[in-house]
Amino acid sequence: MTEVLLDVRNLHKSFGALKATDDVSLTLKPGEIHALIGPNGAGKSTLIKQIAGGLRSDSGTVHFAGQDVTPLSTVQRARAGLGRTFQISSLAMEYTVLQNAVLGALGQSGRVMRFFAPVMRQKELREEALRALELVGLADHAAKRTADLSHGQRRQLEVAVALTLRPKVFLMDEPMAGLGAGGSKALTGFLDGLRAEAPILLVEHDMDAVFALADRISVLVYGQIIATGTAAEIKADPQVRVAYLGEEDAA
Amino acid sequence: MTRETILNTFLFLLLPATALAAFALDEPFIITLATKAAILALAGVGLNIALGLGGLVSFGHAAFFGLGGYAMGILAAHAQSYTPIMESPFLIEGTKSMPVIWLVALAVSALAALLIGALSLRTSGVYFIMVTLAFGQMLFYFAISWPAYGGEDGLSIYVRNGFPGLNTLDPLTFFGIAFVILAAVLFFAGRLARAPFGLALSAARQNAERVEAVGLAPFKLRLVAFVISGAVTGLAGALFADLNRFVSPTMFSWQTSGEIMIFVILGGVGRLFGPVAGAALFILLEHVLGGLSEFWHIYLGLLLLLVVLFARGGMIGLIAGREVAHD
Repeated sequence: MTEVLLDVRNLHKSFGALKATDDVSLTLKPGEIHALIGPNGAGKSTLIKQIAGGLRSDSGTVHFAGQDVTPLSTVQRARAGLGRTFQISSLAMEYTVLQNAVLGALGQSGRVMRFFAPVMRQKELREEALRALELVGLADHAAKRTADLSHGQRRQLEVAVALTLRPKVFLMDEPMAGLGAGGSKALTGFLDGLRAEAPILLVEHDMDAVFALADRISVLVYGQIIATGTAAEIKADPQVRVAYLGEEDAA
Repeated sequence: MTRETILNTFLFLLLPATALAAFALDEPFIITLATKAAILALAGVGLNIALGLGGLVSFGHAAFFGLGGYAMGILAAHAQSYTPIMESPFLIEGTKSMPVIWLVALAVSALAALLIGALSLRTSGVYFIMVTLAFGQMLFYFAISWPAYGGEDGLSIYVRNGFPGLNTLDPLTFFGIAFVILAAVLFFAGRLARAPFGLALSAARQNAERVEAVGLAPFKLRLVAFVISGAVTGLAGALFADLNRFVSPTMFSWQTSGEIMIFVILGGVGRLFGPVAGAALFILLEHVLGGLSEFWHIYLGLLLLLVVLFARGGMIGLIAGREVAHD
């Protein structure tokens, strides 16, 4: 068996009587894209927060690169190599595109308690940031204010910042959200190549992208994973068809 | 040169130009006003590191201003009465030396900022404002009720403290000292804003979630910023006390916190020279309007209201426009 980079075991989270995460286990292996799909309210965002930090699980563990990161904070998990993109773009809006990317590179370098030398003139940080912007196709917009970017460009910048972290694992929460067909297709192609750099746990609503990209798909319904398998297996699974892909077809 | 650079240069030269003109015209009182503006600007530059860069609305910076003031007052009072501050377990004596007083003021206010920050930065928004206010008020009432150092009446220092090789009793010389310190701190604050720490701190203000996701802890960044901020305001407090040769609990009052905040808001939150513009304008209004009416604060309030409503970047923002990114 290949080593498992991200190993989520028996996670639980309840909000009152609502079981948002109900005994969820999943793994992420090197080189793969593991898609997490499920209807709205299935608990995908809750699960992502439990994996990335920021939401404490009632029980269960998250192991990352052989280390139990369950007690660690969001910051510590990010430093351990968990590169996250947000469902709703989460960027420093007053900054330029380049500054946002440099911020990522700075976080990765860990050398933040420097009070004197201008950060934007630090060659390594700048190069790392530009490399990431280049990869997502934002290099031409580096000097633009982030607030002036289009929605799609902000999504690209989210991915670029995650790239500057040189993470061991990508955790992407609906990177295609609101991208439109063209943008979605471009990003699909990009993520396809990205899996070689680090595996991706991909939460996505865009089924074309999911079926094109995912090595494995897990289906989350009412906080439970009801099926995990390849695209073909998931498409054929009767339970999934009922729960998610459209009841009429299954009937 | 950007418009802001030109404006900053003008503001920077305005204070010494005023002091020199007053010297030429033999108006020592105007020199004192310019000195006061420089010192209050320094207090504002301190607050601006927390408020402008870090987004930390501290309503308790009088705590550090007052601690700096009392550091000077206590050291100088013991020196002038030839009584040691403590004798056991080791001897600590007072001093009339400005550099020593400044170092003590910096250290004491930095330590206080570390403690106050460590507790208050666990809250945010209006709670942070209230907790910092509470700490300021605690020190205010402590100063009032501590008879050893004057209590409500404060402490008078008969002769201004000394600086090796300089005649600090000369108003222009003392202005020079205050101005050089202001210039040095402005230089440092400008570098800080563009340094890795400044980038991360300001990002934490804009979007804490983003900063966490790149592996940086907002709390740590804010605490360090709060300590630097408090130390600078504390240094200003020591200078302010030396200017007046008097310290009183008023330095700890919430009105003082409010005034320091007014300098920053009037001039421009987060703009390097914002507090300089704000403090200079404040002193000018106090002097001109205060001469016309006892109730000049009404006009100040009106001006503040206009700035907050119509010029969010303060005077600097109004004249120089939106801040340009430093790529």
